[in-house]
Amino acid sequence: MSVLNWSGVLSPSAAWHVPEEPAENLVLDVRDLRMRYGRTDVLSGVSFGARRGEVLALLGPNGAGKTTTIEILEGFRMRSSGQVSVLGTDPARGGEAWRARIGVVLQSWRDHGKWRVRELLAHLGSYYAPYSGSGGHGGVVSSQGGSGVMGPPGRGGSRAPGVPRPWDVDELIATVGLTEQAGQRIRRLSGGQRRRLDVAIGIVGRPELLFLDEPTAGFDPEARREFHDLVHRLADREEATILLTTHDLDEAEKLADRILILAAGRIIADGSADELSRLMSTQAEVRWSRDGQRFVHSADEPTRFVRELFRQYGESVEDLEVRRASLEDTYMALVRQAESGGSGSGLGGGDAIRKFTVVAG
Amino acid sequence: MNASWVAARPGVRRGWIELKHTFTTPSDLVTLLIFTGILLGVMLWTRTTTVPGTHFSLGTAMLASMLGMTVGFNGLATLGSILTVEREDGTLLRAKATPNGMTGYLIGKVVTVSGTILISVVATLITGALLFSGLAVGSASTWLTLIPVVLLGLLATLPIGAVLGSLFPSARSAGLLTLAMGGLAAISGIFYPITHLPHWLQWIGQMFPLYWLGLGTRSALLPANLASVEIGHSWRHLATFGVLSAWAVAGLLAAPILLRWMARRESGSSVAARREKVLRQVAG
Repeated sequence: MSVLNWSGVLSPSAAWHVPEEPAENLVLDVRDLRMRYGRTDVLSGVSFGARRGEVLALLGPNGAGKTTTIEILEGFRMRSSGQVSVLGTDPARGGEAWRARIGVVLQSWRDHGKWRVRELLAHLGSYYAPYSGSGGHGGVVSSQGGSGVMGPPGRGGSRAPGVPRPWDVDELIATVGLTEQAGQRIRRLSGGQRRRLDVAIGIVGRPELLFLDEPTAGFDPEARREFHDLVHRLADREEATILLTTHDLDEAEKLADRILILAAGRIIADGSADELSRLMSTQAEVRWSRDGQRFVHSADEPTRFVRELFRQYGESVEDLEVRRASLEDTYMALVRQAESGGSGSGLGGGDAIRKFTVVAG
Repeated sequence: MNASWVAARPGVRRGWIELKHTFTTPSDLVTLLIFTGILLGVMLWTRTTTVPGTHFSLGTAMLASMLGMTVGFNGLATLGSILTVEREDGTLLRAKATPNGMTGYLIGKVVTVSGTILISVVATLITGALLFSGLAVGSASTWLTLIPVVLLGLLATLPIGAVLGSLFPSARSAGLLTLAMGGLAAISGIFYPITHLPHWLQWIGQMFPLYWLGLGTRSALLPANLASVEIGHSWRHLATFGVLSAWAVAGLLAAPILLRWMARRESGSSVAARREKVLRQVAG
């Protein structure tokens, strides 16, 4: 598998980036983002990035600044300071061509109640038609593909294969499982159906970057599973980059390539679910039973411990379980530490923004 | 290509779709009909009363006024309150998240509201011509006055309605707008000649487009001698054109600035915050 090592404390001004990835290839590039309302700092130096096709989950307690961060990236809110690049453009200055390459699904909508499902999707899709073939994946305003190919309005440039926009309406409706409701008025949809419609609207323009704010709140387990499949499909087949917020850690673990934890206005952790779990505890819990008695032991080196266990007791060891800290344990510990002023000890001190380097091996 | 040009086609289509929704949603249709129905009832009731100083039916005169009022009232209050309601339910934010969506949305709204107004005006006119005598619907000069007055009226009131909609903080407060419009109608000579009001009220009435719209439609549909009950014993076509044009220019200058300001403030959290406020008010 992979070996993880983290290198000490990064000062907030040092930018996040994957070493071999030039900054302009990042779909999202956020450096030292700050937001201040009056005298309150909501964001105090947020830095992260995302590559094409990556699924990022933004976790954090309520009031940590998740929504503010997303709204700044969506271009719906002005920031106080910091550098932000979304698909190669500053969202504060993003034009309509830039807007056409982004999808937004917010927490709750009640709009267009009188419209029918298919009618609304077809209508909203038509706004994207002038931008068909524009942009191109990767977030680079590219010079590839030559010049003079069609002339969609604004910048973005066209690229040889391009992105056909919008999504075919019936195909999209089938993708989100609303075929039976296609002719129904939107206000008659159930909560879960409405949410799936929201997702459909968010992706009708085939976005290269999709923002999902608590997408599965109120879903039943089956709808949640279907939604997860949809997100995987979008990321894999459409190569869409996805940034989602959620309170469901299980969901974050299932969906996200990388998890960002935002607390007290800064990113306190950035890595895969696996990396985060390892980060928090080098200890694992080992449980077993012997002669009908149950045992629990916390071991620094569980593998060595278990080997020793078998050497001593051999066949009589039963019901063996080795459990690493769950993402939830990690999350709780990190957030508690950040909220208490970042003086925790488990991480080796400091309110550190850590940099992970994953070395394939 | 210009952004507003790209949005023009989807905008017009949007207006057309929502116009169809209005006329196929029973509750919307009932609201429309009740409003017109009550007024028609009042007019039928006053059909035998005469405009003071003349032998002309007050009901018929009122009907002519009402066409102007339909334009003014809907242009100002309907567009304004739709904007506040749709800001609360997230329709505007949805438009903002769509490329050229805001322009398309506004074009759509103008089409829907103008369409509703024109249909109401035509329906009232047809009903009026059947139920009341004395309306000059047969002459060409009627139409040559009526059509420009209605179109200029739309131009004078829709942008101002959009301005009001962007200024009112909530759909609830926009209810006051409808109330204020009712008060304005009372001092605009719609239901009774304005010359019977105190002078200072006449002056206030004449500041707003509603009076001039009523005057304009009366001048189109009523016999010339009815001008005798108006201010200055005249239909004052030039002044009507001047005042309505001034409102149109003011509205067209202010609306883009305020609408842009309103659009800029839209975000997911602002929609959520407004919703919470509404829920608190309902609960409290």
